[in-house]
Amino acid sequence: MAALYEGYTLCGLVPDQNLSSSGIQGIEEERDGDHVVVTDSARSVTLYKVSDQKLLGSWTVKQGQTLTCSAVFNSQTKEYMAVSDNKVIRIWKEEDIQLDKAFKATVSSDIWMVHCVHGGEPVVLFKRGAVRLLDSLLAAPQQPIEEVLNQEENIRWSTTIVAETQQFVIFTTEQKGDHFLHLQRLNPNTLQRYRLEREEPGVSPLSFSASYRDKHIHLLYLYPNGHVYQSVVSVQLLVVEEGAQALPLPRSLLLGLPVGNGLLEAASAMVLDEAHVAVVGVPHPSAGAGKDFLCIWNTNFQTLQAGKEMAGKIYGQLWSFSNKLFIPHGKILSIIPFECPKSSLASALGKLRQAKTEECKAPASVPSWNNILHGEKAQPSRTVETRKTRTTRKTQSTPSLTIDQVLDLIKMAPVEEVQKEVEGFLSRADLQDLQPSVGQLASTLVSRSLNDPAFYSPSTLAQLVHTQCLCHSVCPDLVLLALEKKDYFLCQLCLQFFPDIPEAVTCACLKAFISVPDVDAEKARLEPDSISFMETLISRECGQVDLQNGFSPTSCEEDCSEDVRGHQTRTEAKKKTSAPPEQICPVGLHKAVLLNEILQTAHSDSFLLPHLKDLSSQHVVLFLQYLQFLYLKYSQDDSLQMHGCRSPSLAQVMDWVCLLLDAHFTVLVMTPEAKGLLLNLHSFVRSQVRLVSELGKIEFSLQELKKMKVKKDVGQYSIEVIELF
Amino acid sequence: MGEFKVHRVRFFDYMPSAIRAMAYNSRTERLAVARADGSVEIFNFSDNYFQEKVIPGRDGRAVEALCWVGQRLFSAGLNGEITEYDLENLKPQYVIEAYGGPIWTISCNNQGTHLAVGCEDGTVKLFEILKEKIQFQRNLDRQKNRIISLSWHPSGAQIAAGMMDMIRIFDTETGRATHRLLVERGIGASRSREVVVWSVAFLSDNTIISGDSAGKVQIWDGLMGTLVRTHLVTKWDVLALAVSQDESSFIAGTSQGTVVQFQFLSSTVDRQDRDHEWVSTRTFKNHSHDVRALALTDTAVVSGGMDTQLVVHPLLDKVEKYTHEAAQRKIAFPHRSLVGCAKKAGLLLFQFPDHLELWRLGESDGNGKPGDSLTVKRKPEKLLQLKRKGDDHICCSALSPCGGWLVYSTVSSVRLYKLQHNNNNVSVNKISKLPKELRSVHQLCFSADSSKLFAASSQSSVVVVSLNQLECKYVQTLRHKSDSRQPIHLLYPSEDGKWLAAANTDCQIHVYNLHKMKLHCSVPVYSSCPTAVAIHPATNNLISVHADQQIFEFSLQQKEYTEWSRKLQKQGLHGLWLKRDTPVTSVGFNPKNPTHIVLNDTFMLCIIDQSLPLPESSTILYNQMTLRSLPAPERTRQSHAFKICKNFQHLLSVSLLDDLSLVVVERPLLDVMSQLPPPIRQKKFAT
Repeated sequence: MAALYEGYTLCGLVPDQNLSSSGIQGIEEERDGDHVVVTDSARSVTLYKVSDQKLLGSWTVKQGQTLTCSAVFNSQTKEYMAVSDNKVIRIWKEEDIQLDKAFKATVSSDIWMVHCVHGGEPVVLFKRGAVRLLDSLLAAPQQPIEEVLNQEENIRWSTTIVAETQQFVIFTTEQKGDHFLHLQRLNPNTLQRYRLEREEPGVSPLSFSASYRDKHIHLLYLYPNGHVYQSVVSVQLLVVEEGAQALPLPRSLLLGLPVGNGLLEAASAMVLDEAHVAVVGVPHPSAGAGKDFLCIWNTNFQTLQAGKEMAGKIYGQLWSFSNKLFIPHGKILSIIPFECPKSSLASALGKLRQAKTEECKAPASVPSWNNILHGEKAQPSRTVETRKTRTTRKTQSTPSLTIDQVLDLIKMAPVEEVQKEVEGFLSRADLQDLQPSVGQLASTLVSRSLNDPAFYSPSTLAQLVHTQCLCHSVCPDLVLLALEKKDYFLCQLCLQFFPDIPEAVTCACLKAFISVPDVDAEKARLEPDSISFMETLISRECGQVDLQNGFSPTSCEEDCSEDVRGHQTRTEAKKKTSAPPEQICPVGLHKAVLLNEILQTAHSDSFLLPHLKDLSSQHVVLFLQYLQFLYLKYSQDDSLQMHGCRSPSLAQVMDWVCLLLDAHFTVLVMTPEAKGLLLNLHSFVRSQVRLVSELGKIEFSLQELKKMKVKKDVGQYSIEVIELF
Repeated sequence: MGEFKVHRVRFFDYMPSAIRAMAYNSRTERLAVARADGSVEIFNFSDNYFQEKVIPGRDGRAVEALCWVGQRLFSAGLNGEITEYDLENLKPQYVIEAYGGPIWTISCNNQGTHLAVGCEDGTVKLFEILKEKIQFQRNLDRQKNRIISLSWHPSGAQIAAGMMDMIRIFDTETGRATHRLLVERGIGASRSREVVVWSVAFLSDNTIISGDSAGKVQIWDGLMGTLVRTHLVTKWDVLALAVSQDESSFIAGTSQGTVVQFQFLSSTVDRQDRDHEWVSTRTFKNHSHDVRALALTDTAVVSGGMDTQLVVHPLLDKVEKYTHEAAQRKIAFPHRSLVGCAKKAGLLLFQFPDHLELWRLGESDGNGKPGDSLTVKRKPEKLLQLKRKGDDHICCSALSPCGGWLVYSTVSSVRLYKLQHNNNNVSVNKISKLPKELRSVHQLCFSADSSKLFAASSQSSVVVVSLNQLECKYVQTLRHKSDSRQPIHLLYPSEDGKWLAAANTDCQIHVYNLHKMKLHCSVPVYSSCPTAVAIHPATNNLISVHADQQIFEFSLQQKEYTEWSRKLQKQGLHGLWLKRDTPVTSVGFNPKNPTHIVLNDTFMLCIIDQSLPLPESSTILYNQMTLRSLPAPERTRQSHAFKICKNFQHLLSVSLLDDLSLVVVERPLLDVMSQLPPPIRQKKFAT
């Protein structure tokens, strides 16, 4: 679940008189995520170190000049770039003090914006839609600039994106109420123009946000009526004939935000990751009409994940750099660290224990998953080395490792040490904030185990599953890994604690369990509670037959064999002979325990059915025999179900019988050894039908009783007749 | 036995008034209860908690505190007056202005020589109790704040006074305040509000107990003026305290509706003497609203409050188990009838403190089989609503059997009206000149032929007034020969106009011969107070039912108990009959069948068939359901004299009309509860 942490102030603002704008023209990332360049709407550019809330430098243009676009930082040349008075490009370095003495170049047309992203070249976007690389522009500053846009067409918003090797400049324009998206590709230069679908007349988008993933550019835009649309544009080169009409841009409604009464005025929506959108200036759905909220919405589940009230006016401006949101509000620029962990349906629906997000925890210590898994691999291993020596020296004195260190350890260290450290980490950490880290630990462990066949740490994984902070969607390979390693205990735990195991995996487990030889199964260490339940079930005296639930196995047998002999002689005969075959558990104790676990997993019939068809007929017969055994035991003594909390219910047993029969009926009918089984099952059904019909008979009487109970409503006055005897 | 058509009436909107104050006199075992409307009721705890006397209220007289001094009862209220009651004539005897603004509390010392009252202006005023009156003696040191509660030290030398934010201890000799005990305010938001010490108790070992608006019960050392112990019993107010006679336990009533008992126990089992401390032992939850008044008798916790019910909760360690005493009692309705019924005319008269309502019963179509509800052809109709004159509340009223006369009385005056029914209209004429003997009256009734009015007057006398077209004439005052001066609470004239039975709260029943206008005889005095009397129309036997549920039949001719009565006494009443906890409030007869006696209490209606065998202790008393299922011959074999019908609950009155239909007036408690103000909101399971 996404979370917003306690924010802090970066700097004060000088909003203009009527509070219509915040006084900030733009914020750009500097050398890393911790440094930003803030350009105000007048004359100055300021460099801040975010985590220290510290001002590192400031540059101002001369009085009378104004900065017309926000300053950017070119990380390749370590230079800053800005534009003053629309036409003058200024470039300077950090050590330059006087901006006037720095490099200046005047161009022939008005500049809209200079863009520069990490890994990309600085690009200049002119107001009339032309795009130049900065280098080529500076080579001949006075070169003529063509007009790309029509008359009365103006740029509203622009950005640049580097997609693999290709750099794009994306900008939107407005012309007489119509909005267009321009996708300018650099090297080779092509321009693609799209027309945005019209929302209600007179309503134009409040904010745009673009992101690149999976070879597509995702454009997100927010309308004043609270609708957030997403349009997806492929970055593949399109063959476009010159001067073609703007293509219509298909859109999909991503979110319908509550707007309260009236339209939104200053609001902004920004993509955080594939599933999360940060929205500012939109009312919180459960906090009245005030619009000064910062919210994170999950677009997959359409749920509000986190919300925070921002004091003072919201200007509809929002930036985000390295897991921090930058929001000017009131008279300050606030920084709100956030976190958007990978979301699963289980966690979105609240099935899992949710990590509390109360305390302000520097998100740096809980970085995003992608960073952990792929990003910061270049961590020096020196610390690990020292760690190793220290841990071997004395375990007690180990200073607590951070999650990052533990994760690194998992990637390299031998099994024993990993075990020890993870155990230590789990015992130290507060369960409250364990959830994200448990997920990271588990997936790192699983990926190491998958890559390195020699590495497997069952006890650590079991411990992680036991925290109940994991679910299948967080680490989808865990169950299959356990099956592969024949770690049945871990399988059992996963089945028990994961609320969201897909039917395919359940079925894979079932197949594995049912085909495992009993000898192997008995070796497995399983949960004692479930074993003791099965032990009592099997050891239960099979001779004692009493009528439970209207069903007695003996009478059932009489029915199925159409026996005319008296009940008495039959039961006596039964007692003398050994237990009937149905009364003997067809599978070993541990196998039965594992199968029980399968029976209790959540599933939906229609998804399970196709996977069940993969079972072989022998397995189906065996499983059915086991289910029949359970059914017989349960119908003899329903107190069995109370015995432990982890035991399949009669209804679950019946469900699985039905499912299996549905999946394999034709096969079973053809299989000779299944015949007796089917006949028995048939007699169960008959006895149930008989019970229901008997119940139906007394239903009427019960209804009459209910009617008698109803007290007549006596009004203020009535005349009644009573009789006394 | 027979079918009855029953008019089931639920439109009597009787609303009891909230209980404000209570005082228990352990010597006479009488409990005085003051209600919010200013009325005072006396319950006799030695006689099945029977409500002996009711002193009607008066507008503007809010009784805030009650106090017994010997047999004398005093009250004080926010109108600033001290009232002593005349318990023989059921009215205030005199009223004295204390000149200290509203009075919050009144308390008498153990010696019975002085009354102390706590006033709004911050003074504690001492009154000397004289034989016929009280006299102001002096003020104690005046305080800045109002005096909310007072308690005398048993020696009479000191008084503890509960105020805002503090308790003061006064020396009664010098009148000086000797100690100041500061009471801590509530926590949180209530810190800014003054804490009110609603109640204090001063024990003989100089312990002071206080209950306050912050929900605390505090134990103080009165000698040192230090706080010994604080018990937080509720989040809201502790409104009342009561200490047992032997000072071994006390109870605290809260606005949550609970009563918490504290006992003086040793903290360790083995040591005997030292280490005793006050321990909270039990919590009773018998009320839905504020508990405003408490009394702790030797055997029971008595509590009352906003929810209008008086609850007697026996302490099971003090009573024998499984006896009559061990059952909890809730007294929700008065032990006398507020409903008058004109049997011939089919009219009902409802008595409210401030008005009377006259209703005509509805009519139905034809007959139905038992269990049916008949269609109502004509709806009941309110013919008249008569507002009383003056500030005094109505204390009694009567409607003549023919429906032509209506009379009501307050403590100060009697008003008689002639009613004329023409078609659907009723015209009311007030009879202007009433004989001067009709002045202070506490029970009224008309003779069967509506020609005479009987009024129970002072000193147990009955004033007889004859009525004709438009005037009324004083006939005579009937007096009995015993020296009892207790008020008459029951009057019953015989059908033939010859006899009049009058019962008073001294348990006496006198029968007067109306032809000779003199006392005919007195029924032997039984130890329990009669709750209903009636004279049989055919046999002229007097039936009396008493607070202990006994039934007697006394022959007026022979002046002795009848054979049936003797048989009943010899065999004894059925155990379940005796266990009932509400008194029989009316006795009536079936004009068609002289062996039938109709009785009712709050929860049942009973017809006694004198011709049938009495139930033995082993037979089922409530056997109507069984009999219903039996075939007819078996039924006669199994039936017994007591035919009890429990179809109707919370009965205020049952009467048998001349057309043999029954009128039952019900007032479901749920309806009463629904009219109460909302109780303190308490959080219950995620609400």
